[in-house]
Amino acid sequence: MYVAVKGGEKAIENAHRWLSEKRRGNTDLKSIELKQISEQLFLSVSRVMAEGSLYDKELASLAIKQSSGDLIEAIFLLRAYRTTLPRFGYSKGIETDNMICSRRISATYKDLPGGQILGPTYDYTHRLLDFKLIAEEEVHNSKEVEIDNIEKLSRVSEYLNKDDLIKRENNTSKQPKDLTREPLELPADRSLRLQSLTRSDEGFLLGMAYSTQRGYGRNHPFVGELRIGIVDVFFEISELGIEIEIGEIEITECETVNQFMGSKKEPPQFTRGYGLVFGQSERKAISMALVDRALQWKELGEENQNAPAQDEEFVLYHGDNIQATGFVEHIKLPHYVDFQSELELIRKIRKDAQKSEK
Amino acid sequence: MKLDRSKWMSILSKSSDKSLANLFQSTEIYSDYKILKKPEIGSVMVRGKIGGTGELFNVGEVTITRCSILLNTGKMGFSYIQGRNKKKAITAAICDALMQTHLSPQIRNKILIPLIKEEELRKKNIAKKAKATKVDFFTLVRGDNL
Repeated sequence: MYVAVKGGEKAIENAHRWLSEKRRGNTDLKSIELKQISEQLFLSVSRVMAEGSLYDKELASLAIKQSSGDLIEAIFLLRAYRTTLPRFGYSKGIETDNMICSRRISATYKDLPGGQILGPTYDYTHRLLDFKLIAEEEVHNSKEVEIDNIEKLSRVSEYLNKDDLIKRENNTSKQPKDLTREPLELPADRSLRLQSLTRSDEGFLLGMAYSTQRGYGRNHPFVGELRIGIVDVFFEISELGIEIEIGEIEITECETVNQFMGSKKEPPQFTRGYGLVFGQSERKAISMALVDRALQWKELGEENQNAPAQDEEFVLYHGDNIQATGFVEHIKLPHYVDFQSELELIRKIRKDAQKSEK
Repeated sequence: MKLDRSKWMSILSKSSDKSLANLFQSTEIYSDYKILKKPEIGSVMVRGKIGGTGELFNVGEVTITRCSILLNTGKMGFSYIQGRNKKKAITAAICDALMQTHLSPQIRNKILIPLIKEEELRKKNIAKKAKATKVDFFTLVRGDNL
């Protein structure tokens, strides 16, 4: 427990002044502009938007600048701002089939229609520091290939769907629960789990996903398809009774194809994991798909291996880095009274012990 | 190209702040209006579909600004735009109202059509660059075939 303590206002004010000076750094250098952050550190911006649950590049850049690059602090700022916004409503489900893809790869089909499109990827780079970037770097302009029309890329899982080799996703018009409106309750259905996973900490989710691959709830995944690109967001304007494209967002989508031997409930079929994340964030999208698949064990009638990634309470209650950092870091705040009582207790016990020794 | 209200409002919402402001200024249309609902910044919760085709789930929100205006000539204009730009929301609402007047050809040709082209170009540029990174597989000649 904490107790209200008076005092320290001056120290706090001066601490914040020093912080602001430190954030600015050496004033001989130019202050970093938000545009520079959103253009040149776009993967950080993606992460802050995804885990901050708010798609706004400018605000995410501001949060990164304000937090001196501490991304969890930035996510905190964005989440706090988000709660102040009036909610105009919910969009239609986005159609990722219509995505303008900058990247689209499949690890299951080499020659899929539309092909393997690498996009601006760090894959296949040598992971050697590029010392040319210390000085002003030369910019390689990207190559372009002329096209007539933008080709729509068909979904890999549709090929497996055709022969019923993979479990179909049910298209219901059920309104999903929203954990920003009502507290998370368990057991959570898959929709609610996915909302929780898409905003959970990338590092936590990566660790969870990795644990399934190392044998703690193994689910034999293939990346059926991974795509990054922009999609339109459709929204119905109730005053006018018309639907408009209210925005355009960049997202990363990953569908995994997982092994499945069949059970009492299901015929032998491949199963799926799904990841969908704001911005360009494929590590997170793949991790999300693996964890989504692990959490489906109950619906699929699989054995509970007591693996951490299968434990929905464990995963969903510990993945939120704002809740986590709040609780972990709060122990640095004054606990003088708690500690005082512990101190008294231990003194008393020791005194009693010494007495009985005599 | 036929432009209905849902299409033009979509174009206005997704346009770049700078382009809309510049194009609007270049029309040199000055209309008197009053603001019915002040620009308000809020959010829309974006929904995804599980597996791209299945049940809905909430992904996260996107910032939106909305407002409505009334032209002195009596037409009402609405706007819902992506982002947090109050000035742009007003401009978009004025364009929406003007599209319902005799000035619609000018708004259409000088603002909407250029904005559509801009969006097409932006999307096509992504597709052109993506195509350049498409893998051409080839098979090496195997020793046992020699």
